Amino acid sequence: MSARSPLAWLVCGVLTLGFAGVWQLQERIDAQRAAMYLERDDLMLRSGKVVQAMSLEYAPLVADLYWTRAVQYYGNKHNAHEANLELLWPLLDVTTTLDPSLTVAYRFGSTFLSEPAPGGAGRPDLAVQLLERGIKANPDYWRFYQDLGFVYYFDLKDYPKASQAFYEGSKHPAAQIWMKVMAAKIAAEGESLETSIFLWKQVYDTATDPALKNNAETHLRSLKVKIDCQQIDALSEEYAKRTGKRPASIRELLQAGMIPGIPLDPMGYPYELGEDGKAEVNLQSPMLEEQLMKNQKQ
Amino acid sequence: MTNAAIETENLSKQYPHGFLHLKKKTSLEGLTMQVETGEVFGFLGPNGAGKTTAIKLLMGLIFPDGGTARILGKSISEVAMHQNVGYLPEQPYFYDYLTAAEVLDYFARIHDLAEADRHERVERMLRKVGLETAKKIQLRKFSKGMLQRVGLAQAILHDPQVVILDEPMSGLDPIGRREVRDIILELKREGKTVLFSTHVLSDAEMLCDRVGVIVSGKLRGVGAPEEIVGVKTSGMEILFELAKNDAKAPLLSAATRTGDRYRAHVGEGELYAALEQLRGAGAKILSVSQVKPTLEEYFMHLVEADRAQAAAVEVSGK
Amino acid sequence: MKRAGVVALNTFREAVRDRVLYNLVFFALLMMAVAILVGQISIGIEESVIVSLGLTAISVIGLFIAVFMGVGLVYKEMDKRTLYALLAKPVRRWEFLLGKFGGLLLTLAVNTAAMAAGLYVALYYVKHPLERSDAFVLTAVYLILLKLAMVVAIALLFSCFTSPFLAILFTTGIYIAGLFAQDLRTIQSQTMAHSTAAFLRGLSYLLPNFENFNVMAAVAHGRGVPGTLVLHNTLYAVIYCTIVLVLAAGVFSRRNLK
Repeated sequence: MSARSPLAWLVCGVLTLGFAGVWQLQERIDAQRAAMYLERDDLMLRSGKVVQAMSLEYAPLVADLYWTRAVQYYGNKHNAHEANLELLWPLLDVTTTLDPSLTVAYRFGSTFLSEPAPGGAGRPDLAVQLLERGIKANPDYWRFYQDLGFVYYFDLKDYPKASQAFYEGSKHPAAQIWMKVMAAKIAAEGESLETSIFLWKQVYDTATDPALKNNAETHLRSLKVKIDCQQIDALSEEYAKRTGKRPASIRELLQAGMIPGIPLDPMGYPYELGEDGKAEVNLQSPMLEEQLMKNQKQ
Repeated sequence: MTNAAIETENLSKQYPHGFLHLKKKTSLEGLTMQVETGEVFGFLGPNGAGKTTAIKLLMGLIFPDGGTARILGKSISEVAMHQNVGYLPEQPYFYDYLTAAEVLDYFARIHDLAEADRHERVERMLRKVGLETAKKIQLRKFSKGMLQRVGLAQAILHDPQVVILDEPMSGLDPIGRREVRDIILELKREGKTVLFSTHVLSDAEMLCDRVGVIVSGKLRGVGAPEEIVGVKTSGMEILFELAKNDAKAPLLSAATRTGDRYRAHVGEGELYAALEQLRGAGAKILSVSQVKPTLEEYFMHLVEADRAQAAAVEVSGK
Repeated sequence: MKRAGVVALNTFREAVRDRVLYNLVFFALLMMAVAILVGQISIGIEESVIVSLGLTAISVIGLFIAVFMGVGLVYKEMDKRTLYALLAKPVRRWEFLLGKFGGLLLTLAVNTAAMAAGLYVALYYVKHPLERSDAFVLTAVYLILLKLAMVVAIALLFSCFTSPFLAILFTTGIYIAGLFAQDLRTIQSQTMAHSTAAFLRGLSYLLPNFENFNVMAAVAHGRGVPGTLVLHNTLYAVIYCTIVLVLAAGVFSRRNLK
């Protein structure tokens, strides 16, 4: 086919017009399918054992496929701000049955299974189940104990069990020292802001998966807000002691020289004092939305 | 205004070959020839000379790298040209799950023949090539000879003006070859133009009005079989009998002997002298005839010359 | 155009006389029998299982036929040289291609229809009166046929210039890629450069999006599919097939037959 022949031009023309048409149609089809909630979500085979039997010797490869689907599933739901994550557990169940050594699946799973909606599936019990399976299959991976302790501490609020998990994990020669410290601290104090911040920072620092990192960052932000507000309230108390009345606004604290500048929340918006005199997030800050979402679940 | 049914001008084809298809092998170079309307033209040449390439180019199965060709005035790139041309491929093969009648009917439909016409033609063709008894048998059961006949039938099914046959006699037994020859002659009687390729020289000599000899992709000579080999004779041949083995006859040493008969070759000028010798020796002259070079000799001569040239080219390192 | 029809009918006849086809239909019927068996075991979701299994079987068997017969459509004729006599006739090369495509598509349509009938028989067996909602299964079957048409076109394209083995590999590869095309569009990763993401997005539109035609999830639960989706999918398949066939015609038109 020479470059000048009419046939070549026809082919190019058809290709260009055709793909333009295809592009247009595809967008419409995508929209329609989304509206129908027609996802590839109908997981026909939810039994890990059945899938394992069917995968023959390709189990690890199939595990990877299911893992990919799990991540995509979470990602799509998250982007669409949908709260219903009921397929997450079956996907992870099959993944870890097919490949019990896929550590990232356990870590990811435990976080997003236990996390309350809309960030996760809100099933900390399943998260515990997943992690216990992981520990059984990978007894040397101490981080699972970290995750277990995490779930007990944050979601199940079962401090004795949390402490226990951290303690078990600390026994591993490779485990970091703070595990032992954490075990003791939680046994003694139960929940505390310090502990929470520390644990989330651990996840943030060591996570390679972007979803996990983002999630940790979100939590750290709201914890920072709590601490900031606590500190501002403490300063307000100081002020009240000094001047006899509570400050009407944060400016007054600044003018009294008690703070070097107007404190900003993690999104960069200045804190305000609410009607009850307690420190609050600025009405315009996106942190407000995050806080409201968090409060919704409780 | 030409009377040519088929004409080519500088038709060439190269095939890429060798590692990564970088080298080019010239399969056909500058073929320029005409086939007159109503004549039977033979393409002669050894295997791989380019006969099939030339024919495939004419039929649009492969595309020329250079040159043009026309059949019945229409360029070979026009599809409509095919309506009036019949083609028999080399070693034909057809859909083996169809019967002979079905294959011919299929091709008849492709030719857009009307239904009643189709039926009648298919029957006629089957009779013509001698396949009526086998018309309901699936082609997978056909012998090579039978397939060749089916091929011939589909080539003339639509009553084309020009018929092009690629090695129509190959693989046939003597009876089959005879039948094909008869069909070609019949086509000629009907005024059709026939072009066929073969490497069997006797067939060419017998059937063709003109032949074109192709060696190594080049057309070496075109003309009537007798013309091509040249009218000039290469001497006379004397067939004689000698009663006794007389060593004195000088011709004897040069003659070939079969029993009591001898065959001797002499130049034209020396004929009478030789005859005198033989008379003196008491030989019985059986016949004296002209020796004309055969097409085969001409052919071999060309091939040898070509090989020598190729060798020379290699040696000179070009 | 009429000649394309002649080639198509002949291709269909070839498929029918090729006894492989009969076996596949038998296999499909067997699958339906298995479906009924499964229906006996599980409780309450027999219809869903039969429809899902049946549609899966129709899709998978159809794919097998489309790929394995598709890659031979042109190659076989070139290899066995049946093409020589045919192309010497007044038929254009694109008419030939269109005919081969049409013939295999016709075969698939007939085959699919037979299997769909079998599915309905199985469905009737399980829940005696068939409801209106069961008609939606036909929509799903139709969409599967559209998908198969695209696969045939792609297989035909490869058949024009590669050996059957490679053609099967490429066609299957494109099919799998096409299944994940939708995911390529929504791929999000912090670590990816914008240009890569944009490239992948563009690629996702060029690839045949086979997931478009999958409505099993809805139909298995008795839900219908909007008519506009069916229309859009039909247009999509028609345009895509046209693109591929034109490409095939372009490639084949200058191909030298050995």
